[in-house]
Amino acid sequence: VPVSVICSPPQNYPLYIRSVPTENELKFHYTVHTSLDVVDEKISAMGKALVDQRELYLGLLYPTEDYKVYGYVTNSKVKFVMVVDSSNTALRDNEIRSMFRKLHNSYTDIMCNPFYNPGDRIHSRAFDNMVNSMMMQVC
Amino acid sequence: VLFQIMELCGATRLGYFGRSQFYIALKLVAVAQTGLPVRMESLNTVKDLPLPRFVASKNEQESRHTALYSSDADNPASYSGVIPPPPPGRIQVKKGSVSHDAAVQQRTSTDQQESTSPVVSPQQSPPTSPHTWRKHNRHPSGGNNERPLAGPGPFWAPFSEVQPGSSTSSDPIWSGHSPPPHQENWVSFADTPPTSALLAMHPASVQDQTTVRTVASATTTNEIRRQSSSYDDPWKITDEQRQYYVNQFKTIQPDLNGFIPGSAAKEFFTKSKLPILELSHIWELSDFDKDGALTLDEFCAAFHLVVARKNGYDLPEKLPESLMPKLIDLEDSTEVGEQTGEVGYSSSPAEAPPSKSPSMPSLNQTWPELNQSSEQWETFSERSSSSQTLTQFDSNIAPADPDTAIVHPVPIRMTPSKIHMQEMELKRTGSDHANPTSPLLVKPSDLPEENKMSSSVKFTAGNTVTDGYSSSDSYTSDPEQIGNAVTRQRSHSGTSPDNTAPPPPPPRPHASHSRSSSLDMNRSFSVTPGQQQAGVVTYPPAVPPRPQPSQGAGPHVHRPVDADGLIAHTSTSPQQIPEQPNFADFSQFEAFAASANKEEDDEIETHSEVSQVEKPSDSAGSLRVAKADGRVEDKAPANVPTSAGKGTTPLAPPPKPIRRRLKSEDELKPEAEEHTQKTGVIAAVLASQPSIPRSVGKDKKAIQASIRRNKETNTVLARLNSELQQQLKDVLEERISLEVQLEQLRPFSHL
Repeated sequence: VPVSVICSPPQNYPLYIRSVPTENELKFHYTVHTSLDVVDEKISAMGKALVDQRELYLGLLYPTEDYKVYGYVTNSKVKFVMVVDSSNTALRDNEIRSMFRKLHNSYTDIMCNPFYNPGDRIHSRAFDNMVNSMMMQVC
Repeated sequence: VLFQIMELCGATRLGYFGRSQFYIALKLVAVAQTGLPVRMESLNTVKDLPLPRFVASKNEQESRHTALYSSDADNPASYSGVIPPPPPGRIQVKKGSVSHDAAVQQRTSTDQQESTSPVVSPQQSPPTSPHTWRKHNRHPSGGNNERPLAGPGPFWAPFSEVQPGSSTSSDPIWSGHSPPPHQENWVSFADTPPTSALLAMHPASVQDQTTVRTVASATTTNEIRRQSSSYDDPWKITDEQRQYYVNQFKTIQPDLNGFIPGSAAKEFFTKSKLPILELSHIWELSDFDKDGALTLDEFCAAFHLVVARKNGYDLPEKLPESLMPKLIDLEDSTEVGEQTGEVGYSSSPAEAPPSKSPSMPSLNQTWPELNQSSEQWETFSERSSSSQTLTQFDSNIAPADPDTAIVHPVPIRMTPSKIHMQEMELKRTGSDHANPTSPLLVKPSDLPEENKMSSSVKFTAGNTVTDGYSSSDSYTSDPEQIGNAVTRQRSHSGTSPDNTAPPPPPPRPHASHSRSSSLDMNRSFSVTPGQQQAGVVTYPPAVPPRPQPSQGAGPHVHRPVDADGLIAHTSTSPQQIPEQPNFADFSQFEAFAASANKEEDDEIETHSEVSQVEKPSDSAGSLRVAKADGRVEDKAPANVPTSAGKGTTPLAPPPKPIRRRLKSEDELKPEAEEHTQKTGVIAAVLASQPSIPRSVGKDKKAIQASIRRNKETNTVLARLNSELQQQLKDVLEERISLEVQLEQLRPFSHL
């Protein structure tokens, strides 16, 4: 269950953040925010291959807590972080990858919109729908 | 009448606004239109009502009236949803009125006054329209069923009053507001446009609406589809609008086939003073290929959405079908609709209106015509079976033409057969004729069954169908009859060969009959075997399977095929009956049989009516045959100079079995009592038979198979009967011998 999704530009502020379980949302927000730093580390670690189709964080942040944090970064340094509930063991790596791919595509579509100013918060309904469907799907 | 209908609907249901109630209202309207008294029963009996003819969007006054009617509330819902096949044309007309297309047409051609009037009226009050639309929007949210008539009514009234020329600017407004923001709630969406259309409609249109509704009710599934397509209609871009958009496109990008870059589009749409967020959303919706640039179609869609938004309509969550660019391959239905619409648009806006207008008026005009309506209705019902066709139908105004085009070529074939089948299955009586249409109406889904049924129908209905239908009183609607007649004729033609088929069976039963007769007769009949056989020989050919017999209830339909055997057998019995008048017990039976035979003969000639539907008559036929055999055999022993008791004994068992058997069979019931001669065995055997042919949907093969089975059973029973007779004889002989011995011994005892 992807409990939370966030996409943020290099400036590390969230362009979009969405959590499924409304309770403990703040905790997830905090989690994804901190995970951004981890992603940055990973990016800086590898010099050339900037685009990671996925980064798998298994029990990275809080091993005691049962959730995993996945990261994804685009060529333009836009980071996507997804927090997934570990209880959902059905989630495989490929699924995470496909979810990130969908996120990326939707983000690209938003970018295509001339009315969208890069750096604005994402209010696109299509994007929301996509994310919601994705999260529901995994739930 | 309308009030009557309303009362009826209201009385029967809670609220007139309910869709189902609306459908009932529509049906009642259709009933009323056909001249039948408006009653609830009429709904059920007059199943093949022609679609109520609504002078759809023709008379503005009517539309106004309708608006007042509660039905309007339903109408919107039903219209949108319903868009039943036939109505689709109408609805679209109405919707067209609601939608920009209609509006455009109105402007373009005054001829379409009526159709356009609805549109015009809304347009004419552009300022108020947003209001109403918003209100309508709210209404739908309130609930699908409850449509506040009052709300829309008053609004619409002023709209209808205002009918000045509408400016092009109103078009965008109008078009904008046609699709109520309802995003997913097509019902609500339908409400608003239809209500507006309705208001414009005249009271007569109410009827039309009802027709539409009735049709819709017939095809609920289709309605949904239609609704979706109708939903698109409001979003459809009118020609004028389209032209406007194209012009705007040209100002930005002279090449109509080119793209408008995102930045340019952004600037352009920013001028509309919509919030960026909404513009962004519009962009997302309209930039279908997500390339950051707008093609002409995308631009028009975007512009259209902008206009809609400006008029107060919420943006849909997803792009309406009518706005989607052609290139996108959507569902077939939507695509077709889209393409047709789009093509019309892209090709030449000017042309579109003319095409639409003629189609609309033509559609309107055709509607009043019963024939067309019936045909369309029938075709629609057929179409309902295929959602694809329906959607196409709905989404385009042009559909009126395609509809008509489709109507003709599409053989209603199935429906009639289906009707026949249903009719036959349902009821055998003449009154059932009225019902057939109802099945047709109500069961579009049955169409698929037509194929299966058709064969059986043909087999059974054949002539009866024609006769039944032609004679049916319930068919008050000419169109219906015409359509049905047409279809029936087709089916008849199909069935006629089948009808001829039954005749072949006669030889078969003849053979079997001769066998059995020979069995029985040779054994039991010393006097009349030859005659009987001859009689048998002659009778079978004379007895065409169909006519049943009689035996009592004329209407009983006799399975033609089985009847062959039956008739053959029964024919023998009559012959034998007269020859054996000695048995009082049999006299009644004989008379009955004779009469039955006579009737059979008569019916054989006629072949009509009888609903050959009665396949179960097969069992009846077999039963009769068995009875006949029983009779024959019973008579045989009776011929033997045994005591009258013998005659009675056989009679006793036979009545029971016969009764038993008869009970199992509908047709034979009256005859059961008559037939008193069957052995229990035979009865049992026969009892099993009725179950065989019961299934209505038998194919000819099945019938023939059952016939063969019956014949076999008959022969078996005949043999059994003869054996039992033999046993009876033996027993009697023994008894006689015992009596003799007793008498011989008596003197001794005296001694």
